Amino acid sequence: VVAELLFWPALLAYGEAAVAYAGDARHPGSLGRLATWGVRIGWLVQTALLVVQAARADGFPWDTWAGSLNLFVWLVVGAYLIWGCKPRYRLLGLVVMPLAALLLALSYAAGGAGATGASGYSTIFLVLHVGLVLAGFAGLTLAAALAALYLWEERLLKRRSPRVLKFRAPSLAILDRLVARTVAVALPVLTLGMAAGFARLRDKSDLDPLIGLTVLAWAVYGAFLVLRYGVGWRGRRAAYMALIGFALVIALHLGLPTSHFA
Amino acid sequence: MSLVVVGTSHRLAPVEVREKVALDLKGAADLARRLADGGEAVCLSTCNRTEIYLAHPAPDEAEERAGAALTAGEIELYRLRDEAAALHLFRVASGLDSLVPGEGEILGQVRAAYESGTCGPVLDRLFRQALHAGKKVRTETAISESPASISAAAAALAEQVFGDLEGCRVLLVGAGEVSELAARSLAKRGASISAVTSRTQARAEELAAQFGGQAIPFAQLGEELARADVVISSTSASGQVMSRDQVPERKGLPLFVIDLAVPRDVDPAVAELDGCYLYDIDDLQAVVSESLSGRWREAARAETIVAQEAERFRKWQASLEVVPAIASLRERAESIRSGELAKAESRLGGLSESERHTVESLTTQIVNKLLHVPIVRLKEAAATEGAGYVEAARHLFGLGEEERASSDRKPRK
Repeated sequence: VVAELLFWPALLAYGEAAVAYAGDARHPGSLGRLATWGVRIGWLVQTALLVVQAARADGFPWDTWAGSLNLFVWLVVGAYLIWGCKPRYRLLGLVVMPLAALLLALSYAAGGAGATGASGYSTIFLVLHVGLVLAGFAGLTLAAALAALYLWEERLLKRRSPRVLKFRAPSLAILDRLVARTVAVALPVLTLGMAAGFARLRDKSDLDPLIGLTVLAWAVYGAFLVLRYGVGWRGRRAAYMALIGFALVIALHLGLPTSHFA
Repeated sequence: MSLVVVGTSHRLAPVEVREKVALDLKGAADLARRLADGGEAVCLSTCNRTEIYLAHPAPDEAEERAGAALTAGEIELYRLRDEAAALHLFRVASGLDSLVPGEGEILGQVRAAYESGTCGPVLDRLFRQALHAGKKVRTETAISESPASISAAAAALAEQVFGDLEGCRVLLVGAGEVSELAARSLAKRGASISAVTSRTQARAEELAAQFGGQAIPFAQLGEELARADVVISSTSASGQVMSRDQVPERKGLPLFVIDLAVPRDVDPAVAELDGCYLYDIDDLQAVVSESLSGRWREAARAETIVAQEAERFRKWQASLEVVPAIASLRERAESIRSGELAKAESRLGGLSESERHTVESLTTQIVNKLLHVPIVRLKEAAATEGAGYVEAARHLFGLGEEERASSDRKPRK
């Protein structure tokens, strides 16, 4: 009951933030502040929800697909809060918050707000593997949101839209830098999470297609960093590459219930 | 003490009229000193307005003198009093009365006028609050954030591409006045004008020297394009001076091209290149129009802030009127208390020092408690009901009657 009581206000706050961000993009002003408060309150309530779940569970409480989605949303919104509170990054919320609200609702529908059964894996392994992989994915999601914002703003500039200054978005150069830096932080975290998973592999029967997909996503982001910092890829090409990597992250999330959590 | 403003501005008079009454800072300070005449005066003179603010016990005379000082009856002036005068200054300081709403220069001009004026308690409070209102409007609304001119729009767009312009290399193609203005706007934000090229080499050298850049021959345009981040083109050539083929491969590095010439200097196909952003004069004009309409939208929010500040000033000014009445009331109560105690002196003769002290303290407390509510109500009413309420209190308590009676008894010369 407590988890239910905490879930709905969190979802409501995220939903309110998503709507307020959409309004703020049309008429910049006080709606932006309402959106930021929605994110903050929603995140705090979701934190309480996770604490309640952790207190009630015997081991790692988010070892189901729905549970991992719940934790993933919390990590994404937490990472977003680092920048989201600054007025110039509010537009990022247009991408992040609807996604967060949608995934949280999905998590609830699949039972992510409830208690989970005891897992066959040790808690330390789950914290390292699930926690780090999800934290890495959260960072890569934020990088994708920044890349989307870059492409949107670049399009406005390219088309010489008179409204380009109206939104007070960060400059292209800053967005380009942030995409690269966020991937540079998220990829090592994902690598550690993957390494924990590989260390736990016993025989060939533990392998599934999702592991291959994860390695592919890892390779795309690795290539992104090499091309960005080694070859000097910037701007649109780098942003598209970050989005391609994110498409794989989404595919991974959707594929989780059919393999890892099957 | 009433507040008066007399002046003229771009809303009332064209420049040939305004220039007749324009004063430099020293002239404005001298005029303010001359007009203060036992009161307070500040003269604000900018290219768009000349206004005299006065706080004086005889407002009609003060207004007359200020009007005469400005025009000797030749120029149409506006004359505002008290609340309207305060609201006017708050609007001026916030940039709401400017040609371009929210322009930033006026706040510094109001500060300079205030610092050089002859201020007392009223104008001091008025101008400090006006400066506060001006800052509040600029921080709480976006009225001054968007560009209001072609050159400012070009610089703001460059910032949108590069972020910080510190270290950005700017290439000027054509050394006319238009490109100089745009270059100045970029340089002010930290960009370096690295090269100037023009068909007139002497003019290119002159402009390059101004910005610490280098004058290059027109034939080197292609080479310089490889190094530049921003290009400002404004030649009087009849055809294009920069083609798509001249722009080298940028390897993802952005190039921002501003074409201010008519007919256009830059091949429109340059905009199709990856990382190239091309803005011509119409595009920049459209950005300015959009940003000005944004400023007007923000001005509506700013008016609310200014009205709140004006209301705060009105309440403060009204509270000034009640201060003498409260002082008289306290004085009268104290004189009654001490008078009655003196009358009872013979009956209180047997009291010890400590008992006498207790009686003193008791009577003081009774008087204070009796006066507390009327004084609080008087202060509140002064802000809402105005001077009439204060007059009623004077009449009810008979305040000032003794002074009037004693002055009536004095022999007239």
